Amino acid sequence: MATIDIKDVTKVYPNGFKAVERINLSVGQGEVMCLLGPSGCGKTTTLRMVAGLEDITEGECQIGGRRVNDLLARERNVAMAFQFYALYPSLTVAENLKFPLHAEGRSHTEMDAKVRQVAKTLQLESVLGRKPAQLSEGEKQRVAVGRSIIRDPECFLFDEPLSRLDVTLREQMRGEIKEVLSGLSKATVIVTHDQLEALTMADRIAVMRAGIIEQVATPHDIFAKPANLFVAGFIGTPQMNLIPASFTGMDGGHGGFALPGGQKILVQVDPAVSRLAPGTEITLGIRPRNLEIMPEPVPDGLTLQVDIVEPMGAETLAHLSDGAQSMRVVCDWRVPIDEGDRLHVRFQPGYVHVFGPDEQAVRS
Amino acid sequence: MTRSREIGRAGWGWTAFAGIIALIYFFPVMWIIMTAFKTRPDALAVPPKFFFTPTLDNFVGVFFRAVISGGGAAQATEFPLYFFNSIFIAGVSCLLALIIGTIAAYGFSRYPLKGNETYMFIILTTRMMPAIVVVIPIFLMFREIGLSGTYAGIIFLYTAFNLPFTIWMVRSFFDELNTEIEDAARMDGATERQLFFGICLPQVKAGLAATFVFGLILTWNEFLFALLLTGVDTRTVPVAMARTLGGEMGVDYGLLAAIVTLFLIPIFFVTFLLQNQLLRGVTFGTVRK
Repeated sequence: MATIDIKDVTKVYPNGFKAVERINLSVGQGEVMCLLGPSGCGKTTTLRMVAGLEDITEGECQIGGRRVNDLLARERNVAMAFQFYALYPSLTVAENLKFPLHAEGRSHTEMDAKVRQVAKTLQLESVLGRKPAQLSEGEKQRVAVGRSIIRDPECFLFDEPLSRLDVTLREQMRGEIKEVLSGLSKATVIVTHDQLEALTMADRIAVMRAGIIEQVATPHDIFAKPANLFVAGFIGTPQMNLIPASFTGMDGGHGGFALPGGQKILVQVDPAVSRLAPGTEITLGIRPRNLEIMPEPVPDGLTLQVDIVEPMGAETLAHLSDGAQSMRVVCDWRVPIDEGDRLHVRFQPGYVHVFGPDEQAVRS
Repeated sequence: MTRSREIGRAGWGWTAFAGIIALIYFFPVMWIIMTAFKTRPDALAVPPKFFFTPTLDNFVGVFFRAVISGGGAAQATEFPLYFFNSIFIAGVSCLLALIIGTIAAYGFSRYPLKGNETYMFIILTTRMMPAIVVVIPIFLMFREIGLSGTYAGIIFLYTAFNLPFTIWMVRSFFDELNTEIEDAARMDGATERQLFFGICLPQVKAGLAATFVFGLILTWNEFLFALLLTGVDTRTVPVAMARTLGGEMGVDYGLLAAIVTLFLIPIFFVTFLLQNQLLRGVTFGTVRK
């Protein structure tokens, strides 16, 4: 079974810095797990601990059900692709691809056949004789991927695999890597700070912040049901509107909230919100695309003034404010919006998130 | 509006200017080489002669002593031995320093000790005092243990002298390497030995060449210790050169210039061979991969 299990793992560096604190994560066979978070959140440290390039201070890491804490990197049978590709500069592409096979003690004919096969999969046949310095970024990336898939490891680790590619190449490689991985059915961990990369490539995403895993869920759930304020604010572009408000009580299935500027709003919320005491200070969350522009003021909406209009092609992003709070709304590019307009926006039912005073989502 | 100068090109004017500066710097070397081809009257002529009939007598004189009394065959001088000594001593000691220094530098870079930088600093302090201060104790020690006048003695000494510089320089090359590549090799099953020989060494090749050349130049030209610690059989060219000064004939400038010219050739040749590596070595890390 090619699985990865991280149990209560903590990493403290010699200088006392706690990079990762008691994290738990399990990646199933054939599953692609993305570690997503801002820089310095401990995601790369976690990956390096699984790889065996970094000691585990506390806790246990298992690969394929076997405890690997005390095994060296080369004894773990794990393949890793690095952020800066880490190709061996003095070796040709073919030799780079062949390098991991040497350790396995295979025959030369077997190795050459493997190299040809991988080169074919990744369209590297024409550059096999070149040195890494003579390759384009995309080719380097493919060699790095090729070198990790040429063996038959228990699991794959990718550290920011696409961060150095330009936008078009990134889209293309995202598809290619996904395709290669789906054919292998191994546990895979991808570290990234690019949420689009995570959302498109992962089966599940683990969002990390300051050494702690904030939420582990499918890309859809991470987006639709963020567990807390951090995840809500981190996932999705433009960022979710997070509006501090005070809970005034339930009215039918609707929750009433008073906003700092004096406006009141009555929106459909999760039934669990009814357990909050009236007067609780909460944060309302709504994505800019779930705000609807209305011709008239509505009870489940607000009225705000347009500050800035940013055309984004198919859509327009407008920054709104009413003096006390600011919000962003995204609408179709054909909707005429001008700076200075007063806009009535409605919170679409079912898309409103309520985060309690502990920053956790209030959800049943 | 016309631009006064094309971007990316210096133009003929500046090229000529740089040429003149280069000529001024190179002039002493050129003068020595010219003197090597002059007869004694030409070499001593006032005002100095720029145009003269070149002669190879001085070069012959380096290797064969003319016997003044009687018409006997010319006698071979010891200079072939001295040239061999210079090449052998400088080559072996620089190579030794490079091998030991590279291993040490790798250790300092990849397996830091507690107080690593202090060790590095201490290594550097061994080169902080002027040679003249240590020359007497070293001379006494060498005489005591019988290393005085031997190849081993002077080679050990030069190796020790080159080591601090080699360690510092090579360490900076190792520090510049992208450790991700070593991590990748570790994941790919390489042992620590394979990492060093197969992954790290090839990447610092240029740096090693540069370090070797710098060490070689220093050792090649070293005079003070060579004067005191080499014997008749192990004498190096700079020492032998000094011994040609003086005597009943005064200074034979033609002969001296011929020795210097010959002395320049090996180092010039090595530097020329390694010039690409040298350039890459000294600019190592300044251009990101």
